[in-house]
Amino acid sequence: MTERLVIIGNGMAPGRMLEYLLEAAPGRYQVTIFNAEPRVNYDRIMLSPVLSGEKGYEEIIIHGDGWYIKHGITLYKGHRIVAIDRAAKTVTSDHGVTEPYDKLVIATGSVPFIIPVPGNDMAGVLSYRDLDDVNAMLLAAQSRAKAIVIGGGLLGLEAAAGLQSRGMDVTVLHVMPTLMERQLDPAAGYLLQKAVEARGIKVMTKANTKAIVGHGKVEGVELDDGTIIPATLVVMAVGIRPNAAIAKDAGIDTNRGIVVDHGMRTSDPDILALGECAEVGGQVYGLVAPLYEMARVAAAHLAGDETAGFVHSDTPTKLKVTGIDLYSLGDFADGDDREEIVLRDAAAGIYKRLVLRDNRVIGTVLYGETGDGAWFNDLKKKQTDISEMRDTLIFGQAYQGGSPLDPMAAVAALADDAEICGCNGVCKGKITDTIAERGLTSLDDVRAHTKASASCGSCTGLVEQLMTLTLGDSYNPAAVQPMCKCTDLGHDDVRRLIKAKGLKTIPEVMQELQWKTSCGCAKCRPALNYYLVCDWPDEYADDYQSRFINERVHANIQKDGTYSVVPRMWGGVTNANELRAIADVVDKFEIPLVKVTGGQRIDMLGIRKEDLPAVWSDLGKAGFVSGHAYAKGLRTVKTCVGSDWCRFGTQDSTGLGIRIEKFMWGSWTPAKLKMAVSGCPRNCAEATCKDVGVICVDSGFEIHFAGAAGLDIKGTEVLGLVKSEDEALEVIVALTQMYREQGRYLERIYKWAKRVGVAEIKRQVLDDAEKRKAYYERFVFSQKFAQVDPWSERVSGKDKHEFRPMASVGFAEAAE
Amino acid sequence: MSGMDWIAIGTLADIPLRGARCVNTPQGRIGVFRTAEEQVFAIEDHCPHKGGPLSQGIVHGASVTCPLHNWVFSLETGKAQGADEGSVRTIPLKVEDGRLFIALDVLASKAA
Repeated sequence: MTERLVIIGNGMAPGRMLEYLLEAAPGRYQVTIFNAEPRVNYDRIMLSPVLSGEKGYEEIIIHGDGWYIKHGITLYKGHRIVAIDRAAKTVTSDHGVTEPYDKLVIATGSVPFIIPVPGNDMAGVLSYRDLDDVNAMLLAAQSRAKAIVIGGGLLGLEAAAGLQSRGMDVTVLHVMPTLMERQLDPAAGYLLQKAVEARGIKVMTKANTKAIVGHGKVEGVELDDGTIIPATLVVMAVGIRPNAAIAKDAGIDTNRGIVVDHGMRTSDPDILALGECAEVGGQVYGLVAPLYEMARVAAAHLAGDETAGFVHSDTPTKLKVTGIDLYSLGDFADGDDREEIVLRDAAAGIYKRLVLRDNRVIGTVLYGETGDGAWFNDLKKKQTDISEMRDTLIFGQAYQGGSPLDPMAAVAALADDAEICGCNGVCKGKITDTIAERGLTSLDDVRAHTKASASCGSCTGLVEQLMTLTLGDSYNPAAVQPMCKCTDLGHDDVRRLIKAKGLKTIPEVMQELQWKTSCGCAKCRPALNYYLVCDWPDEYADDYQSRFINERVHANIQKDGTYSVVPRMWGGVTNANELRAIADVVDKFEIPLVKVTGGQRIDMLGIRKEDLPAVWSDLGKAGFVSGHAYAKGLRTVKTCVGSDWCRFGTQDSTGLGIRIEKFMWGSWTPAKLKMAVSGCPRNCAEATCKDVGVICVDSGFEIHFAGAAGLDIKGTEVLGLVKSEDEALEVIVALTQMYREQGRYLERIYKWAKRVGVAEIKRQVLDDAEKRKAYYERFVFSQKFAQVDPWSERVSGKDKHEFRPMASVGFAEAAE
Repeated sequence: MSGMDWIAIGTLADIPLRGARCVNTPQGRIGVFRTAEEQVFAIEDHCPHKGGPLSQGIVHGASVTCPLHNWVFSLETGKAQGADEGSVRTIPLKVEDGRLFIALDVLASKAA
């Protein structure tokens, strides 16, 4: 019979425990989780990148909803457990759900420490612990006002950097004389302070908070010397306390945390505890590596292995602030029995210190250059006698054994049991073996199979080097494919940083993201221009010099340098007046070829550039606007005649096509976007090979997307069925906006969908009504600035220079 | 005839920054380019690959990318960059008080 396992808390430690348990004893337990937070399991270490904007919440989810369903786990989101009845063996949530257990795991984590000063409960005082805190900070940051972070430790500095990159004026108050004094010696703490200040964050050390002042909401912080620093947001990041209250109420032994033995068992044999709430061997932990070690042990016990025991190990500390490299490990206090080796390079901002005892490394502080951290950690762990290499030890691994080596050789030289991923305790051999055994070729695969680089990501570079070592040239680090030769950043990083740093012009992007060329190239400039148009529709001034000629002159360049012109025919419908106007234009400008396109429009080919404005002027008088046949944007909506004429038609497909086209024309997208609406499943408008297609059926509208009929041929994916035209439009618009915001420039919708996953797109634009509405509204907002007919603008004189030669010289008449 | 005959073609302000205009001459079209750093260059407006109008390309640094098949040319030397081989004629150009002049030796001999 399956036993009932109930878990209180859904953080990283119990999440990892379940992964181990499902592997070791599948089907043994019926699992129920109560999570006080209303969401799934996400990577708490990555909250700082979310705050700074380098990542989004979706990217830090560890187990999505599907994972729980797949494993038959019941997850109560937003349920806080208020009582454990050990006699009846049940738990009860604040929503009144009572659940019996055979085994109970308490993983309630920790609570942020709020310093006991007057005003600490005012609106505007936040802690930094979960996604709600981050969201509250992001909201506050919109005001671009002043923020104070109390606490100059790891979390406090990450919060300060995040808020600052969101545009706030930030001051860090730290009670000790130097920053991060628990991990850094004073010299490194000083360098860190300089670097933090150089980013524009103010730092006050020896600053003791006396009170938080304000009327109802925060107005500032008062220090014990009477100084008042104004601020509208105060973030307290002064430490955490194990959250052991529920265990204590239930009569389980607690001290600082819930007391457990080395098998993670509490004083009640049927109850285990792990994570930040647990106290093992007199210690409580806050870094992820020992918490994952607890997860391993707890899972082993639940699976019946009574021998597993928790082993304490030092964990290196790294600061996740872009541009500040810092590494600290072990014991670095001064002492009579200790020696130290120090390297300082003021010009390069490098400081390294090794603390030795009996010729063995016991502590390391690295600042500015941290590449050798893993190697020093390895020396420390193995207690290697370093007397032989003492003279060159501080210069790192590359300097051992004669000549300096390249970084790849340094990784190659690492022992198989050298730890690469500190968060997940993954060593080199495990990674290279798994790559070879399973034939892995991508970073994501390696993350999935080994967990290396899957938490904080700071070892990604090392993992990629290992992949190159193992796979040779066949490894193509697709995850970091740069946009072009002007930058090392990939499209996704650039898009994210544009938003995060609020970059609003191309020169600003190039300056802030350290472009390697003075003004980009023909690859990156159009991409950046699109990203800025998409992200700041109201503020960004389109840079025409960064657009490809077709989008600059709103016609398609042909092989002989002439242009073709396609006026918009809504839904592919025209009339006698329009046809007459086209015929007149063809005669007047002696247009050599008139052709019907695959998207049901009329194309006039062979028009001289100089004639374009006059051609548009004549077409404009007949009511035509640009058909955008040249655009990385909405092209055509192809339709069939639908229920108005066709004996099989089920809905008004022509009307819906026209409605979609009128709503969406003028919008720019990462690549061209072609749509179609078919009135019945016979599909005369060929909607099932379009970027977005609709198949009308009796019961409503089946929405398709991600088809292709070009270089690749691919049938569409079905997004879902909706009942009304209004819903169809909303879903299509939301889908397009999601693609606009996430697509890489020139990436067609089917490639984007392959990358993001059809299920995820479905979840966001179909299942999640709130998300859909938000996408829809952002699209509608951007259309306010996009729906301007470029032809009539140019007929009225815009960009005149584009269409005329600057001069004609040297001809007989000109010379006279 | 001594030295070059300079022919006025317009002013610097006629050309958009990081953009180009063209000038018609009896020997064909010339592209006149203005870079982000305010340098001005004149080259033949005809890509040696398939005849693309270089003046319609995207200007970056002191280079232009042909709109037809993305060949990149140095505006200074007229040489194709990267793996492509070929070049376009460069035309002498000078700027005086914001006014632009080009020199066309063949033109000069015709006019004389």
